[in-house]
Amino acid sequence: MKWFHVTDENGIPLREGRRVKMDGQEAALFNTVHGWYAVDSKCPHKGGPLADGILSHTSVYCPLHNWKIGLEDGLVQAGGEGCVKKYPVKVEGGKVYIGLEG
Amino acid sequence: MGKKHLVVVGNGMAGMACVDHILGRNHDFQITVLSEEPHLNYNRILLSSVLAGEKSLEEIYISTPEWYEKNNITLLLGAKAVDVDPIKKTVTTSAGKNIPYDTLLLATGSDPFIPPMKGVDKKGVYAFRNIKDTQDILKTCQTAKRAVVIGGGLLGLEAARGIQTHGPEVTVVHNSGHLMNAQLDELAGKFLKREIENLGIRVRVSHRTTEVLGNGHAMGVQFENGEAAEADLIVVACGIRPNVELAKKAGLTVNRGIVVNDHMETSHPDIFAVGECVEHRGMVYGLVAPLYDQGKVLAATITGHKGPLYEGSTAAAKLKVMGIEVFSAGDIKGEGEKDEVVVYSDPLAGLYKKLVFREDRLVGVILIGDASDAGRFLETIRGGTKVDRKNHNLLFDAPSKKAGAAGDVMSRPDSDTICGCIGVSKGKLVEAVKGGCRSLSEIKTATKACTGCGTCSGLIKDILGAVAGDDVQEEKKVICTCVPFSAEEIRRYIRTQKLKSVQDVLEIYGDGHGCPKCKPALAFLVDEVLLGDHDEDRSARYINDRVHANIQRDGTFSVIPRMRGGVTSAAELRKIADVADKYNVPMVKVTGSQRIDLLGVKKEDLPKMWKDLGMPSGHAYAKAVRMVKSCVGTDFCRYGTQNSIATGIKLEEMLEGLYTPGKVKLGVVGCPRNCAEATVKDIGLVGIEGGWQVVIGGAAGKSVRAADILCTVNTTEEALETTLLFFQYYRENGEYLERTYDFVERMTVEKIRQETILASAEKKQGLLDRYRKAKAKVVDPWQTEAAKPVHPMQFKDFVLPKDREALKS
Repeated sequence: MKWFHVTDENGIPLREGRRVKMDGQEAALFNTVHGWYAVDSKCPHKGGPLADGILSHTSVYCPLHNWKIGLEDGLVQAGGEGCVKKYPVKVEGGKVYIGLEG
Repeated sequence: MGKKHLVVVGNGMAGMACVDHILGRNHDFQITVLSEEPHLNYNRILLSSVLAGEKSLEEIYISTPEWYEKNNITLLLGAKAVDVDPIKKTVTTSAGKNIPYDTLLLATGSDPFIPPMKGVDKKGVYAFRNIKDTQDILKTCQTAKRAVVIGGGLLGLEAARGIQTHGPEVTVVHNSGHLMNAQLDELAGKFLKREIENLGIRVRVSHRTTEVLGNGHAMGVQFENGEAAEADLIVVACGIRPNVELAKKAGLTVNRGIVVNDHMETSHPDIFAVGECVEHRGMVYGLVAPLYDQGKVLAATITGHKGPLYEGSTAAAKLKVMGIEVFSAGDIKGEGEKDEVVVYSDPLAGLYKKLVFREDRLVGVILIGDASDAGRFLETIRGGTKVDRKNHNLLFDAPSKKAGAAGDVMSRPDSDTICGCIGVSKGKLVEAVKGGCRSLSEIKTATKACTGCGTCSGLIKDILGAVAGDDVQEEKKVICTCVPFSAEEIRRYIRTQKLKSVQDVLEIYGDGHGCPKCKPALAFLVDEVLLGDHDEDRSARYINDRVHANIQRDGTFSVIPRMRGGVTSAAELRKIADVADKYNVPMVKVTGSQRIDLLGVKKEDLPKMWKDLGMPSGHAYAKAVRMVKSCVGTDFCRYGTQNSIATGIKLEEMLEGLYTPGKVKLGVVGCPRNCAEATVKDIGLVGIEGGWQVVIGGAAGKSVRAADILCTVNTTEEALETTLLFFQYYRENGEYLERTYDFVERMTVEKIRQETILASAEKKQGLLDRYRKAKAKVVDPWQTEAAKPVHPMQFKDFVLPKDREALKS
C-alpha cells in the first residue's frame, strides 16, 4: 500500500465529492462531516458519476437513479444490490492522501 | 330539588380539565365559570410557541364556545373575582356583582413573581404569563433592538428564544449560578448555557437585577455588581406565586398555596381548589401533568364519589426550544446519603445524562442533548420499578426507534401512561384506535391525548400504525422523513426564525443529514422565503444546479442557452456553431421549447463554453423558469391579433433566473389558433381581439392537461401583472416538485383568483414586492460574477500524475 497526495483539506467543499483520476483507475473522493472517504467513481447500477451525488451522512446517492451507496463499506444500501471498491484515505497535516496497492 | 350551583373561579387549563372530569361523572351541578382573561380556555404552555411564531393564537385554544354551550356552562369572560363570603356563600366580581354558589371551586392559578427591583412599572417591561403579555411582547419586538429576559428558568429561556426569532438581540439574566437551577444541576446548567449561547443568545448567570433604567420607557437594567445592560424590551420571567388572595378572604388554610388533603379537600367543606394555587403535602406544582391528576381526584370528591386519592406527582419538565433537548424529572440533586448517581457527560457532543437512584429505584433524571428516552425514564420513576442487575439495561439506549418502533411501544403494558400531560394510558389509546380513530387528530379529539405539550405524538402514531395497520389516514404531507414538516411549516420557520441555510433547517427541524429528496427542497425554500438573501449551500443542490448544466446518462452535460421568446439571430447561430465545433459537441438539437441544445459536453468545458457563447443560461437544468415559447403574432402572421413575440420576450425577461417549486414553462400566442401551444403550458397568454386570456396549470408532459382560464384582461400590462401575481403565488405556496397542473387542482382556480387578482390591493402589492425583491437578487450563472467558480474545483477532477511520488513514511 502506497499513499498519494490528492489535495488539501479545503480541496473539496464539505459534504461534496470529486473524481480522482489515477491512470486507469478512477475514484470518487468525499469530504463528509464524519471524515474523508473514497470509493470507485462509477455506480454499480449504470455507471453514474458518484462524485456528483448528494451526500447524506456517510452515504452518497448516485445522481442518475438515486442508488444509495454507503461510503464506510462500499455497499449499495437502497435501490439495488452490489458494492463498489473502497480506497483507503488518510488526512495528515492538512493533506489528504489516497492509498493504492503496489 | 333544583341543581346545585358550582362556581368555578378561573378558566385555565387545570380548572377546565377538572370541569371536564366532573362532566364525565354523575353530577347535579349547574356550572358557572369566571374568567379574568377575556379569552376561552387556552393552552398556556403553548404561549412560548406563539411567541416563537410556531403557532397562531387560534391554534392554542382548547375549548370552543360550543363546548361551554353544549355542557350548559355559563362562562363570564373578563369577570375577576375579588371577594368571597363563605357564610352567605357568594362570590363578588370586580364589577360589583354578587354570584351565589352552593359549591365553590378555586382554580385561580398563579401570578408571575416580580422580584423586588426599582422601575418595573416602566413601559417596555412585561411579565410572560398570559395572552395579553404575549401580544404586548410581540408588538414591542417589532421596534425593540435589544431585549433582556430576567430569569433563566424554563419560561425565561423559551421567551428569550421566541423574542430572538423576531429580531432583537437577547440577553438572559439569571440570579442563580446556573440556568434552570430548579431542574438542573450545575454541570447540566453549563451544558445548557453553551447550547443557548450557540443560538446567539447572551447569558449572564449570577447577576441580580436591581433596577430597570430609563425615563418612562425602559432603556436597560442595572445589576447589583455595578454592571448594566442596554435593553428596550424587558421580560420578567422569575417564576410564579400561587394566587391565594381569594382563599385567604374565604378563611381557608393557606401556606404557600391553598392547603388540600389527598381527597383534594380544603379546610372548608363547600370550597375546593385545584391547580397551581394548591399546596399538597408541602408541594406546589407549576407544570400541567400533576394538575390534571389533581383534577381527576377532585372531580370524584366534589361529585360525591369520594374515594380516589391524590398522592403527589413526580415533577417533570421539558424545555420547548427547537433544536435544544433538555429534560428533567424527579429529585435530581442526588446528594442524600443513600443516593447513588450515574453520570454520562460528553461535552464534545453536547450530551449529558444523570440518573439518581435511591434504594435501587430511579428517583431523578436529567437529559441534555438527547431527550428521546424521557418518557421511558419518567415511567420508570413513576412506576417505582426496581432497577437491579437483571434489568439495569433499562438505563441505556432504548431499542431502535426505526424498524421496531411500534413493537417497542406495543410491548409496554396497557396501564403505561403515554400522554403524561393529560394522563392517557396506552390501553385507552389502543381502544380509541380500535373504536375507529384513524389519524392523530381523531385520537386527540377522542382521548384529549397529545393536547398538552405534544411530545407524545410519535408514540401515539406508533400505536396508530400498529393497531390500524395500512388503514391509517395520511396525517399531513411532509417534505421528507428526514424533515417531517410540511413545506408550509418549514416556510414559516425559515421566515420567523431566520434560518438562512439548508443545514440550519436540517439541524433544528430535521435529522441533521438530509437526503437528495429534502436537501434540494430546502435549498429552494430558503431561497424563496428569504427572497434570495439566504446562505447558499452548494452541497444541498443537485449536480445540475452545482454546475448549471443538465447531467446526461453518460455523466456528460447538456448546454442550452437562453433564446427569449424562441427568437435568435444569425450572429447567435454562428456563435453556437463555432462553439459546437471547438468543443467537439457530439449532438446539436433543436428542443421542443424553441431553443438549441448542445449535448455531450464535458464538465470541465462548461465555463469555457459559456464564455465563448456569451449568452445567458437557459436554466434548462433547473426547477426554475424555463422559457416563453411564442408564435410570430401580429409582426408577420395574417391572423395575429396580439404582438406575441414582443410580449413573450418581455415576459421571459421578467421571470428568467427565478427558481420555482417545479419547472415553469410559458407560452404566448397571438390568437386562439394556439400555434405555440400556450394552453398546455404552466402559464399561457392567449391573444384575443382587444385583449388577452391568462391561462394557468396546463401541461403536455407526463400529464396532459388543458390550462384553466384565470382571467381575461384588456391590455398587455394587465396580462403581465396577472402573470406575476400567479407566478409569485405559486412560488410561495407550491410544494417542492409540485407542477402548476397539480398546484392548480389542489388550490382550485377559484381560490387562486381570490388570493391573486381578486385579493386586496395590499396583498397584491405584497406579492409584487416580493417578486421584485427576489428578481433583483437574480444573477445569471453563466455570464456574471456568478460564472466564476464558487470553488476552484467546482468543474474539475483531480488527476494524479503518472510519475506520482508516494508518501515517504
